[in-house]
Amino acid sequence: MKPIKRSRTGTVPEFHSQTGGRIDEKWVGFLLLLPSLAAVAVFVYGFIGWTGAVSFTRWNSLVPDWSWAGWENYLRLFGNFRFQSDLRNTVVFTILFIAVCMILGLTLAVLLDRKLKGEHLFRNIFIFPMALSFIVTGVVWQWIFNPSTGVNLFLGKMGVEDPPVWYVDTRILPGVEWGEIQAGIPLALIPVVIAAVWQLSGFTMAMYLAGLRGIPDEIREAARVDGAGEWQVLRQVILPLLRPVTLSVIIILGHISLKIFDLVVAMTGPGANFVTDVPGVYMFEATFRGNHYAQGAAIAVIMLVMVSLLIIPYLVSNMRKEADL
Amino acid sequence: MSLKPGRLASYLTLLLAAIFFLIPVYVMVITSLKGLEEATLDRMWELPASLRWESYAVAWEKLSPHLMNSLYLAVPATIFSALLGSLNGYVLSKWRFKGADSLFTLVLFGMFIPYQSILIPLIQFLQKIQLYNTIPGLILVHVIYGIPITTLIFRNFYAGIPDEILEAAKIDGNGILGIYRRIILPLSVPGFVVVGIWQFTQIWNEFLFAVTLTSSSQHPVMVALQNLSGSQIVQWNIQMAGALLAALPTLLIYILLGRFFIRGLLAGSLKG
Amino acid sequence: MGKGFRWVSLALSLALVWTVTACGGSTPEGDSAGDNKEVEIFSWWTGAGEEAGLKALIKLFAKENPEIKVKNAAVAGGAGTNAKAALATRMQGNDPPDTFQVHGGSELNDSWVAAGKMEPLNGLYEEQGWKNKFPSELIDLVSKDGKIYSVPVNIHRGNVLWYNKKIFEENGVEPPKTFDDFFQAADQLKKKGIIPLALGDKELWTATHLLETVLLGKLGPENYNQLWTGELALDDPKVKDAVKTFKKMLTYTNKDHAARNWQDAAQMVAKGDAAMNVMGDWAKGYFTTDLKLKPNKDFGWVPTPETEGSFMVITDTFGLPKGAKNPEATKEFLKVLGSVEGQDTFNPLKGSIPARVDANPDKYDEYGKETIEAFKHSKLTPSLAHGSAAPEGFVTGTNQAVNSFVTQGNIDAFVKTLKQHFKQAKK
Repeated sequence: MKPIKRSRTGTVPEFHSQTGGRIDEKWVGFLLLLPSLAAVAVFVYGFIGWTGAVSFTRWNSLVPDWSWAGWENYLRLFGNFRFQSDLRNTVVFTILFIAVCMILGLTLAVLLDRKLKGEHLFRNIFIFPMALSFIVTGVVWQWIFNPSTGVNLFLGKMGVEDPPVWYVDTRILPGVEWGEIQAGIPLALIPVVIAAVWQLSGFTMAMYLAGLRGIPDEIREAARVDGAGEWQVLRQVILPLLRPVTLSVIIILGHISLKIFDLVVAMTGPGANFVTDVPGVYMFEATFRGNHYAQGAAIAVIMLVMVSLLIIPYLVSNMRKEADL
Repeated sequence: MSLKPGRLASYLTLLLAAIFFLIPVYVMVITSLKGLEEATLDRMWELPASLRWESYAVAWEKLSPHLMNSLYLAVPATIFSALLGSLNGYVLSKWRFKGADSLFTLVLFGMFIPYQSILIPLIQFLQKIQLYNTIPGLILVHVIYGIPITTLIFRNFYAGIPDEILEAAKIDGNGILGIYRRIILPLSVPGFVVVGIWQFTQIWNEFLFAVTLTSSSQHPVMVALQNLSGSQIVQWNIQMAGALLAALPTLLIYILLGRFFIRGLLAGSLKG
Repeated sequence: MGKGFRWVSLALSLALVWTVTACGGSTPEGDSAGDNKEVEIFSWWTGAGEEAGLKALIKLFAKENPEIKVKNAAVAGGAGTNAKAALATRMQGNDPPDTFQVHGGSELNDSWVAAGKMEPLNGLYEEQGWKNKFPSELIDLVSKDGKIYSVPVNIHRGNVLWYNKKIFEENGVEPPKTFDDFFQAADQLKKKGIIPLALGDKELWTATHLLETVLLGKLGPENYNQLWTGELALDDPKVKDAVKTFKKMLTYTNKDHAARNWQDAAQMVAKGDAAMNVMGDWAKGYFTTDLKLKPNKDFGWVPTPETEGSFMVITDTFGLPKGAKNPEATKEFLKVLGSVEGQDTFNPLKGSIPARVDANPDKYDEYGKETIEAFKHSKLTPSLAHGSAAPEGFVTGTNQAVNSFVTQGNIDAFVKTLKQHFKQAKK
C-alpha cells in the first residue's frame, strides 16, 4: 500500500467565519472531544472490563475457555507462594523507593535552592536519568550489582574477602513466617531500589525545586526576623508549604512503583525464590509464557486495584478542588 | 577561597550525589570503548588503554534495524498524540461544557492504569484489525494511551492563555475552530515542544507494549537491547555500547532541549 | 457549525489513515495472501552454533528452491521462552508463521495439535518415504491419534555431565558414574577451592533440567516415564529420595547461580572456574563454536550419574500450522529439513545429532558419533524441562516450585506442590 500523499496545508479551505450558531459551539467542542472520549472509553474502561471478565474464566491454556470459574483464579493466587512474595516485594519496594527518593530529592532541592555556583550543571546531572529507559538503567545497574562484576571487582581489589552477592542474595530480613512466605525486606531488592532511585530521584528533586521556587522569599524572611534558624525555617515554614508537592510525588512515584516491570526484567528477573519478583513480571510470565490467561488477567486486576486505591482519591479530590475555583 | 562550612558541606553533598549519578555513565562509556580483550573482568573499572570503536560497530549491526523501528514508531505517534492532545486540551480548558471536568477526570485515570490490565484484550483487538506485530499497531496504541497525558499538559498550558483574547476573537465572528486555528495554534508552539519531547521520550523508552505487541524483526530498540543483555554470552563492551546507542536519541533531546524536558516533567505531574 | 470542523476532521482522519498505511511500508507481511514465493521460518535459533546451522540450512534450501524467499523469523532470548510467547500470540491472532520450531512431545501434542491448529503431514511422510527413516518412538512423539504433525530435524541429549578435563586430571578425579562418585569427586574438588558444579538458573528451567536428570538417574527410565503417565505419584518415597539427592547436589554449586544463565554456567567450566555442569548437549555447540574449545581435550562428558543407557531426548521439530500463508513453499522447506542432506548440514553446526537413522556419522565430531550410537541403543525418555513430558502448565508450575526449592530446600512441601500442579494440569 502506498501512503496517501496530500499536502495537508494545501487543501485547507479559506476560512469564512460564520456568525450565529453560537449556542452550538460547546456542542461542537464535545464532538471534537468525542473520538478521544470514545477511544478512552473502549481502550481503557472497556478493556479493563474485558480483562476483569477473563479473570473469572478458566482460560488457562492456549485455547480460550470462557467457562465461569468464579473467584478460583484469585483464590489460587492469594494462596500461591510466588504471588505472596510479589505482594511483599511490591510493598517493600514501594516504601523504600518513595522514601529514599523523597529524602534525596528534597535534600538536593534544598541545596540547589541556595543558588550555589554550578547549580545548573548539578541540576542537569540529577535529572538526566529521566531521559533514559528503565531498560537501559537495568542493563547498566545489573552489571554494577552482578556478583561477579561491577562493584564486587572494586571490593575485591580493596581486599574484601566475601563480598555481598547483591541481587541474588536470598535473605529476607527479619524474615517472619507469614502465610506461605517470609515477611520482611528481601535484601536482593535493595540494588533494584538503588537503580530506581537513580532514575527518579532527580525528578523528585525537580518537583521540590519548583515548589521551593514558588515560595516567596518574604515568608522565609518573616520567619528569620522572628528569630528562627535556617533549620527551623526549613522544618516549620518550608516543609509544610511543600506538602502538596509531597503528595504529588507520592502519587507519581507510587503508581510507577506499583506497576514496575521493565526495570526488574532488565536487571534481575524473578530471582531465586522470587526475591525480586513483582506482579508485573508474574503477569507477563503467567500470560505470555505459561499461557495462563485467566491467571494473568487476575494479577492485572489486582495491580489495577492497588493503583486505583492510590489514584482515585487523589483524582476525585483534585476534581473537587477545581470545581471550587 | 573562603567558603563557609555550610556552603562547603552543601557542595560536598552535591558532589557526592553527582558522582552517584554519573557512575553508570562512566561504566557505560569506558566499557563500551574497550576492545574485546580489554573488557575482561579485572580491568573493568579502568580507563581504556586506547579508544576502540569496534563494540559500537557490533552493537550497531545488531540494533540498527530496531533503532529504525523505534524511529518509525516514535515520530508519527508523537505527532498524532500531540495533535489530539492539543485539540482536547483546548476544548476542555476553553469550552467547558457541563460535566467536562468529570469526563476529564475519567480520561485522566487512563494515565495511571497498569497497562497489564488492558493488555490481553488489546492484543486480541490488534489481531482482529490486522495490526498485531506491526509498527502502525504500536503507533495506534501509543496515540490512544497518550491521550490522557497530552490532554492534561495542553489543558494546563491553555489555561494560561487569557480568556479575553478569545472573547475578542469571538466578537470578530470566529467559531470554536476559527479561534483554535487563528489564536490558539500559533500560541501553542511551546506546548507542542513540551508535549512532543515528553511523548517521544516515553514512547522511545517504552517496553511492555513493545515486547508484547511485536516480535522479532518488528521489535523496537528497547526490546532488542534487552535481548542483547543480561548474560556474558554477549561481551560486556557490546552490551554497554548497545545501551548507549539505544539511549542516545532521548539523551540528545535532553541535552539540547533540557529546559522543555523539565517543563514537561513538571507539567505531566499534575497540578496539586 | 463552521467549515473548520470539516477541515479538522479531515485532517484527523487523514492522519489516522496515514498512520495505518504510510508506515505499512515497514511491515512486509501485513495480511498479504501468500503466493508461495516466501517461507517464514520461526525459531529461537539465535545462538552462534544454532544460528550457523539454520543459515546453512537456509542456504541449502535456497540452492534447491531459488524462487522461494526465506524469511528467518528467529526470536532471541530465554532459550525459546520469548519465542514461544510471540508464537502463542501470533497463533491466536491467526497470523501463524509458515513453520515454527516446536519440541516433540507434549509441547506439540497437548497444545497446538490439541487446539486443532496444525495440519497433519502424513502425506508428506508417505511421499518422502520417511516412515522408516526416523525411529518409530520418535514419530510417536510427534503424532497424535495416528496423524503425524511435524518433522524432527535434530536430537539433543539432556542427560549429559560436562567436565573440565584439566581440572579433573590435575586433581586425579575420575568422571562420576554414580551419585556416590559424584559426591566423592565434588568433596575432593571443594577442598581444593574449586566450585564442583556450575549452575545458572536465572532462567528457571535450568534448575528443573538438573532435577530431571537426577530423577532419571534415581528412578530409572521406566519409573521416570511413569511419572508423566500418572502411574507413579510425584510424592512417592522414591521421588523424595531423588529430590534429597538433588538438594545435596545444590550445595556444591556456585553462589551466584541466580545471576547466570546456562551459557554463563557452561562458561565457568570452560574457563576452569568450575569443574562440572549438567546441561543438554547444546552446551557442546556452545563450547566448540562460541568458545572454540576442543572436545575431549578441553572438556569431557559422561551421562549424568546413573543414567547410562537412558537418553533424555529433546527434539526440535517443524510443522505446518493451519492458515499458513505459503503451505506449498513450506512443504518444500520441510522436505529439505527432513532429508539426509538437510539434517547433515544443520546438525554438525548446531552440535546435535540427526533425527534420521540413515544420516552419515562421518560428518559428526567425536561427541556426535558417540551420541548417535547411544541414541540407537538407549531407552528414550522425554524431557520435562523442555516441554516434552508434560503440558506447559505443569512445566511452568514445576519451574516455580523448583525455584523456591533451590533456596528453601523443603522436600515435603516441594513434592506436595508438584503433585498439586500435576493434578491441575491433567484436569
